[in-house]
Amino acid sequence: MNLDIAEGEFFALLGPSGSGKTTCLRLIAGFEQPTSGSVVIFGEDATRVPPYRRPVNTVFQDYALFPHLNILDNVAYGLMVRGEKKAARRQASEEALSLVALAGFGGRKPSELSGGQRQRVALARALVLKPKVLLLDEPLGALDLKLREQMQTELKALQRRLGITFIFVTHDQGEALSMADRVAVFDRGHIQQIGAPQNVYDRPETPFVADFVGSSNVLPAHLVAQLIGETAPASLRPEQIHLTSADGKLSGKVIGSAFLGAATRLELDVEGNSLSVLLPKAASVPELDSTVHLTWDKDALHVMRGPDV
Amino acid sequence: MHSKATLGLKVAAMCGLLFLHLPILLIFVYAFTTEDKSYQWPPPGLTLQWFGVTWNRPDVWEALGLSLRVAAISTVIAMVLGTLCAAAVARFRFFGRETISLLVILPIALPGIITGISLRSAFNIADIPFSFWTIVLGHATFCIVVVYNNAVARFRRTSSSLVEASMDLGATYFQTLRFVIMPNIATALLAGGMLAFALSFDEVIVTTFTAGQQQTLPIWMLEELVRPRQRPVTNVVALLVVLVTFVPILAAYYLTRGTETVAGQGK
Repeated sequence: MNLDIAEGEFFALLGPSGSGKTTCLRLIAGFEQPTSGSVVIFGEDATRVPPYRRPVNTVFQDYALFPHLNILDNVAYGLMVRGEKKAARRQASEEALSLVALAGFGGRKPSELSGGQRQRVALARALVLKPKVLLLDEPLGALDLKLREQMQTELKALQRRLGITFIFVTHDQGEALSMADRVAVFDRGHIQQIGAPQNVYDRPETPFVADFVGSSNVLPAHLVAQLIGETAPASLRPEQIHLTSADGKLSGKVIGSAFLGAATRLELDVEGNSLSVLLPKAASVPELDSTVHLTWDKDALHVMRGPDV
Repeated sequence: MHSKATLGLKVAAMCGLLFLHLPILLIFVYAFTTEDKSYQWPPPGLTLQWFGVTWNRPDVWEALGLSLRVAAISTVIAMVLGTLCAAAVARFRFFGRETISLLVILPIALPGIITGISLRSAFNIADIPFSFWTIVLGHATFCIVVVYNNAVARFRRTSSSLVEASMDLGATYFQTLRFVIMPNIATALLAGGMLAFALSFDEVIVTTFTAGQQQTLPIWMLEELVRPRQRPVTNVVALLVVLVTFVPILAAYYLTRGTETVAGQGK
């Protein structure tokens, strides 16, 4: 695989567990050695450089705060091993703590902090060293929904303010789409697609991307051939399908429906393929086992010609 | 949920505890008896003279010195080897890892007499004369186990990402060892070392097979018991042994309790 990340970019590595996204991050951090290939950081080959000499810092999934040190010493750790003077590292650490809205917490132990606070400490500990690249390994995975949404906004704002490169690993496609400037979608050790969130969402290049990013319908090649005469699978977003009275492009039988609050999701059987349709709240919901006719705008059907097809 | 124990259960528990610990109290009482040929209950009179007698017996001092030296050196050996072994088993995956872990623990599961006999015949075959060092070697075999067990549990409870975090923040291997690994395993090592010291200090069986002419304190006591001369001296020494072994075990207990949660793993 080949991955180029630009300076100052908020880049997300998105994929299910075991897809190689964390390994990719660990290669950049230096915890794993590539069997072949190389890692280049800001034009310098870093393949054989040990983690402690790379200009990158990591926010770990379990935060990895040192339990025997207080918060201030945790944040100051990187400066301490670099041999900075005590007064200087104290000042820098307190600044970093106020950057993550934890000023005055320096005297406490990690065990006395909540999950969200520990996460911020881990962030401050990495940022105090002014890395060129910040690596974040599922940093929001252990937080509850409300806190996670708040941290997403804060992380994004922080990255804009500092202007350093953030490389962010996540399995949550919503998180990746809302925060990142660009996304790389991983599956089974391969990058399926790299692009801006909008692009990846609207124009998936492989069936995996279509399904993983926003659960799109994947129409098999023979069905696409019937519709537009091209033999390749195509992606069709559930929210872009409309019900029509007759003469639709496809028709199918309703096999299930689920009320989602803002919309209703219909599960259809179309010539043996399952297809889901998202109905706006105002629309009337057809009965089970009834036959419905489907239509969509011409652009909605996106033919996929990615490497996996 | 707590439920009240019945009276019968309470009495049974008390009896059990008394049965376990009364004999130890008896030993202490005999240290003060005026009768020196046989153990007679109740003691005909109480005296402190045996403490003075013990103080002036060079054989007691010799045995005590030997025991302390053996315990100290076996503990040091056990701490170095046990910690290294625990680090390897807890941190890395390699061929034969489970086997090594089992083999290290085996000496404590094996009856001491087996360890003793096998060591003795091994020393004989290798033509090694019995000395201070053969005793130390014998003791080190089971001292490693307690250090290893303590250290391996702590290593497993210490999140491995702590080491990575340290290196990520710019610390070299040596700095990581000094500032992150050592502070996190120090109490476990100390506890393991103290248990090892206590185990070595009162060991009899392996020592009888690996010692030459020297007598460690427990061996000296065993010899004293068959000789009806100044018997209460043995009891005075017993009191001393209990103190020497009990203090480190108690300290080890206090050092390792309250560390149930995984260090650096809290969310």
